[in-house]
Amino acid sequence: MITAEQKPMQEIINCIAPYDRILLVGCNECVTVCSAGGRKEVGLLASALQLHFLKQGKTLDIKEVTLERQCDPEYVEELVNYMDQVDAVVSMACGCGVQTIAARYREKAVYPAVNTKFMGASERQGIWAERCQGCGDCVLGLTGGICPIARCSKRLMNGPCGGSTKGKCEISPDVDCAWQLIWDRMKALGIEKRYEEVMEAKDWRTSRDGGPRKIVREDLAS
Amino acid sequence: MENFEPEIVAFCCHYCAYTAADMAGSKRLSYPPNVKIIRVPCTGKVDAIHIMKALLKGADGVYVAGCLEGDCHFKNGNIRAAHRVAYVQKMLNDIGWDGERVEMITMSAGMGERFAQTAKEFTEKIRQLGPSPAKTAAGQAAVG
Ligand code: SF4
Repeated sequence: MITAEQKPMQEIINCIAPYDRILLVGCNECVTVCSAGGRKEVGLLASALQLHFLKQGKTLDIKEVTLERQCDPEYVEELVNYMDQVDAVVSMACGCGVQTIAARYREKAVYPAVNTKFMGASERQGIWAERCQGCGDCVLGLTGGICPIARCSKRLMNGPCGGSTKGKCEISPDVDCAWQLIWDRMKALGIEKRYEEVMEAKDWRTSRDGGPRKIVREDLAS
Repeated sequence: MENFEPEIVAFCCHYCAYTAADMAGSKRLSYPPNVKIIRVPCTGKVDAIHIMKALLKGADGVYVAGCLEGDCHFKNGNIRAAHRVAYVQKMLNDIGWDGERVEMITMSAGMGERFAQTAKEFTEKIRQLGPSPAKTAAGQAAVG
């Protein structure tokens, strides 16, 4: 999923201070799962903002809506009837959701209430960790299902480096060395031989180095 | 301000604090009528939004009263509640309120005295803090 974290309250307050009527929009997908911007967080942020402005003597008119998906124009269309009743929109979705709203409702200011962090997986309740950087040319089949790009601090394609100590990365004893994990996994799978094969320099054009990316499915796009 | 009588919402666990409140009653221990009790099956049921809504609707203070650590009927509901209370306290501080308006308290079902005592103490604390900023603010919102 795409993970996110709520922005500092003061930053959100500063963004909306000039407005009286706010539309606060959550998303039912990734940000719900990582507890950053689902219906629950929308309710909490709305009440916190109301309490803040009440103390200032201002009654904030805040409407709460949580869309099925904020990164799809079909769902963002559902906001159309609110737009003449609000001065600005605050989105609790990832950056994709914020931009889908901004593209559809050009005349309204849209502010993000969360910082979009990374593509990650849940390690346990309340803990998410980075697992994929969307390089566009997946190597997991070569590395025992552990990504050296997302999980090795140096993104080494042929690790480990000299800093790997007792299975931990040199940047912190709390960070597993991805290449130790890869080696352990290869051993468990009985494919250590593959480790000997040197991986060639990666072609980063499939990643961000090739500029903003797009997928076009001719069979679906009409 | 001098006549300020705080309105306090107490989310009380059915298995401990609520029973302790009963006990206080049958022992004829008095505690401030300011405290309005909401019985919950476990303090783990109390979400941050419940506390925030209570404040929005004009409560001057809110506390969550659960079982003693290690004694939760549902294993760790009281620990979860304590984390949520801490979360709300931080959120209140971040928005310029006083996090102390919210508190987590623990007790066992037999502690009628403790129930009455903490109810008094919390009420006094809120009396010192004064009325909720939501009440004192000009143009109190009609929050539904
Ligand atoms: S210690 Fe391991 S994870 Fe850290 S930079 Fe070196 S190879 Fe990568």
